[in-house]
Amino acid sequence: MEESTTGQGQGVPTMAEMAAAGKQPEVLFWVGCAGSFDDRAKKITRAFVKLLQKAGVSFAVLGTEESCTGDPAKRAGNEFLFQMQAATNIQVLNAYGVRKIVATCPHCFNTLKNEYPGLGGDYEVVHHTQLLRDLIREGRLSVEGGSFRGKRITFHDPCYLGRANGVYEAPREIIRELDADLVEMKNCRQRGLCCGAGGAQMFKEAEKGTKEVNIKRTEEALETQPEVIAAACPFCNTMMTDGVKNKEKEHHIQVLDIAELLQDDPE
Amino acid sequence: MAYLPNLLFLLALVAGIGFFARNVRRLIRNIRLGREEALEGPRSQRWKNMARIALGQGKMVVRPVSGFMHIIVYVGFVIINIEVLEIVIDGLFGTHRVFAFLGRPYDFLIGAFEILALGVIVAVVVFWLRRNVLRLQRFWKPEMKGWPKKDADWILYIELILMSLFLTMNAADYSLQLLGAEHYPLAGAFPVSQVIAGWMQGLSEASLIAVERVAWWLHILGILFFLNYLYYSKHLHILLAFPNTWFAKLRPKGDMGNLESVKQEVALMMDPNADPFAAAPAGEEGPPAKFGASDVMDLSQVQLLAAYTCTECGRCTSECPANQTGKKLSPRKIMMDTRDRLEEVGRHLDAHKGTWEPDGKQLLDDYISREELWACTSCNACVEACPVSIDPLSIIMELRRYLVMEQSAAPSELNVMMSNIENNGAPWPFNQMDRLNWKEE
Repeated sequence: MEESTTGQGQGVPTMAEMAAAGKQPEVLFWVGCAGSFDDRAKKITRAFVKLLQKAGVSFAVLGTEESCTGDPAKRAGNEFLFQMQAATNIQVLNAYGVRKIVATCPHCFNTLKNEYPGLGGDYEVVHHTQLLRDLIREGRLSVEGGSFRGKRITFHDPCYLGRANGVYEAPREIIRELDADLVEMKNCRQRGLCCGAGGAQMFKEAEKGTKEVNIKRTEEALETQPEVIAAACPFCNTMMTDGVKNKEKEHHIQVLDIAELLQDDPE
Repeated sequence: MAYLPNLLFLLALVAGIGFFARNVRRLIRNIRLGREEALEGPRSQRWKNMARIALGQGKMVVRPVSGFMHIIVYVGFVIINIEVLEIVIDGLFGTHRVFAFLGRPYDFLIGAFEILALGVIVAVVVFWLRRNVLRLQRFWKPEMKGWPKKDADWILYIELILMSLFLTMNAADYSLQLLGAEHYPLAGAFPVSQVIAGWMQGLSEASLIAVERVAWWLHILGILFFLNYLYYSKHLHILLAFPNTWFAKLRPKGDMGNLESVKQEVALMMDPNADPFAAAPAGEEGPPAKFGASDVMDLSQVQLLAAYTCTECGRCTSECPANQTGKKLSPRKIMMDTRDRLEEVGRHLDAHKGTWEPDGKQLLDDYISREELWACTSCNACVEACPVSIDPLSIIMELRRYLVMEQSAAPSELNVMMSNIENNGAPWPFNQMDRLNWKEE
């Protein structure tokens, strides 16, 4: 994929365009609903796309042919709606002969990887932190940046990446590549505390309690006195950003996606 | 008359094991009330999991203090049970320390049992202190009131008494050996009970024999009692941890499985040639499958086995983000409620000679409230924390499925989210045609 000079948009082909040109990309980038519509998450989408372009990865997106994987419906208990979404998406994916998918959202990643095969959608699915880690290892992506060198960064494990799928080290390996000071929270990896968004909680008020889950998790993150809280999920990002604002620390502490840490010129 | 003790022993043994067998049959009957679930994945992996997690206590040591103490009690009980074999043979045939002919190895075994017994006593005391003096939070949650609290303490008392009786019996035996009493030949090593024997100095031979016999009988009767206590207690985990770790799911934790009944419905909807007015194919005349679960019979047998396996340690609840932030949800309570309801169903069946008459109750609402169910973030922390591979999240999901698909009773905000997905393919009200706008911004 050649680097675009007139704007990023031209470097992001859709599967339809690729198919029309008789080409098959190396990997399909599953943008996800948050990555498509949420203003904060869109920045992560663009950051990741820049990295794919920089590394010369041939990729494409589904664009308007992409639809929700059905994850929030499934976790809310609506298996019917989930399977309808899955059936539609699988028809599209199979029609394009998609073999490999990368997702920036761990919920999309989990659903595509684990729950689609049983419904006829069998693909190699990776999370963007895994793909980026591999690109760095292969030397296709160089870590220059330097703006995070020596900075205290704590990593919040997304439940659907960590516990749900056992991916703990890919994002950490990238942070170490940055020469940053990776500081772990008391509860990390297998025992990482949820940000509070999973299981469709993102879309409803929490039940009555003594505290919001994202505030509790933010407090755990703040204990490490970080300069950056790194996330690898658009929903965790929202929850932690809200938590940091609640603690009035937004001027000192950034909440950034792993893809954004690798950017040369962050948005 | 000479055979009276042997006869009494045989009677106690048959009664103890017979009653236990009756309860095991009841347990299996109750578990079979659940749905059968196809087992996926290689069996070799299941054996490995059982060996690592149950036999090897692999997940207990995540919390080092309680994990280490638990291993002492576990190893103690497993190994000291070799001694029970000797006691049973002695009891049936009127022998005394029938394995004493082994010589040195026997001394070593008895000595090892004694050290383990002391270790068990120490661990049990520490466990009691953690519960009742340090009052660790997870032992004092609302669901731990009443029987669960008493049950936990009683188990510790019973273990303490059994170990004390074992050591007392050995101490009296050792004293009698030193006195050269008839029927008490020199056998065994007594590194712990010799201290107790010191306190018995000055007792007559007759008194010592009385102490030894009483301790011996109480010890074996106590073991038979404990065996039968299991069915009524959270302590069933000492047996069920093994099958439960074997049956636990092998797929990644994030894979929550696709409902087969829904698969058929969706396939039908997606098939342009399907005739919506066609009669059900032969063999499918019965009522359509229920989506999700409202009662224990709708859960799988693996989930019901897990309910009996739960030992209420509360590691799940203490890791639960909802519980940590003051919500009503406690994964441990989900398991306890499932077991309580299953027991109730079992008793109801017994009262109606095995045929099911609706009793006007169910797991949902009568045991587990909707507020608990909707507080779950599906983060899998409870599943990860369980030392015996119980999956409380899967039960929460089944109940949610019932609420949403059978009752249309999702919280209104979630209904909004779901109609957004139906209408525009995203949980928010954005147009699907705008999905690529991010690249131009």
